Amino acid sequence: MISLIVDVFLLALLVLIAVMVVRTCKLYAVIVMSGAYSLTSAAIFVNLDAVDVAFTEAAVGAGISTILFLAVMAYVPADEKPSLNRNVLAGFICIGAGALLLLAVADLPSFGDPMSQVHQHVAPRYLLESGSALHIPNVVTTVLASYRGFDTLGETIVVFTAGLGVLMLLAGATRTHRMAKKTGKKTALGVSKRLSKILPKTMGKKA
Amino acid sequence: MKQNPVFRVVAKILFAPIIMFGLYVQFHGDYSPGGGFQAGVIIAAAFILHAIVFGLESGRQIVSARVNLWMMVFGVLLYGGVGVVSMAKGGLFLDYTALTGSVATGQHIGILLVELGVGLTVTSVMLAVFHAFAGFVEDRAK
Repeated sequence: MISLIVDVFLLALLVLIAVMVVRTCKLYAVIVMSGAYSLTSAAIFVNLDAVDVAFTEAAVGAGISTILFLAVMAYVPADEKPSLNRNVLAGFICIGAGALLLLAVADLPSFGDPMSQVHQHVAPRYLLESGSALHIPNVVTTVLASYRGFDTLGETIVVFTAGLGVLMLLAGATRTHRMAKKTGKKTALGVSKRLSKILPKTMGKKA
Repeated sequence: MKQNPVFRVVAKILFAPIIMFGLYVQFHGDYSPGGGFQAGVIIAAAFILHAIVFGLESGRQIVSARVNLWMMVFGVLLYGGVGVVSMAKGGLFLDYTALTGSVATGQHIGILLVELGVGLTVTSVMLAVFHAFAGFVEDRAK
């Protein structure tokens, strides 16, 4: 019963934060509130006994992403431009898609149902066998690193590729920027100022 | 932020415990919640805190951009390397039992190395992304 009350409270808090994020135009406030959103979801995951997921959400969502967004804020204006036009068609599409999703919810297995499809396939084997067959007490770790080791390798490569992409775009960009300052050449021609600041390397090659 | 004594003292006190906690999460992942991804992010957070308070240059003196890049590559290679070694020992790709021949030690060593690879890559990628964004701004301000 208490768990249900806590769940309802946290979900209401999530909706409140989401509405506040949509309503405000101050981007600093949006970043801090998205961190709060992640922290609230982490609390929900703890309540669902998914401690590993909660841990990741708190560390990545509330911690690092907030800092990275703040680092980005240094060269983005602090306020979002308020949009004046109200697009009626977009509103209808949003409400229609939301209604379809709500209809689809009716076909989902009920929450925590042990007889549902996902809990009948490989999950029982993992839960029953992993402790005795692999001698690792934490089931999440065995599934992540041993049973699904190949998937985790893919995830690591995704993180690696993302890092490489950012480095090639931004770290390379500063070098071109500095060199351009030294030689007094313009890095980009015919590109808008902001874009040329973000992509001087790729654009500089063309120009 | 280096001028503010509160930031400076708190950052100095917190730096080592955060890394300690990250290492605990990294190497205790077999027994309690945690693992390479979370540990990587926590350790990166310690270095980012240091860089925010004492400046990017001082952060770069601890982990240089070149070392950071090598750590990124080494993490992925360590993960893949464990798979290749287990193949060379007669098992399947990423079949940790083949590493030592026994299930208990093989799985433990395999998972430990693989998580270490994940942790290294995540730490260095987070640091690289932070320095790329923050350094980009600092360069422009000059």
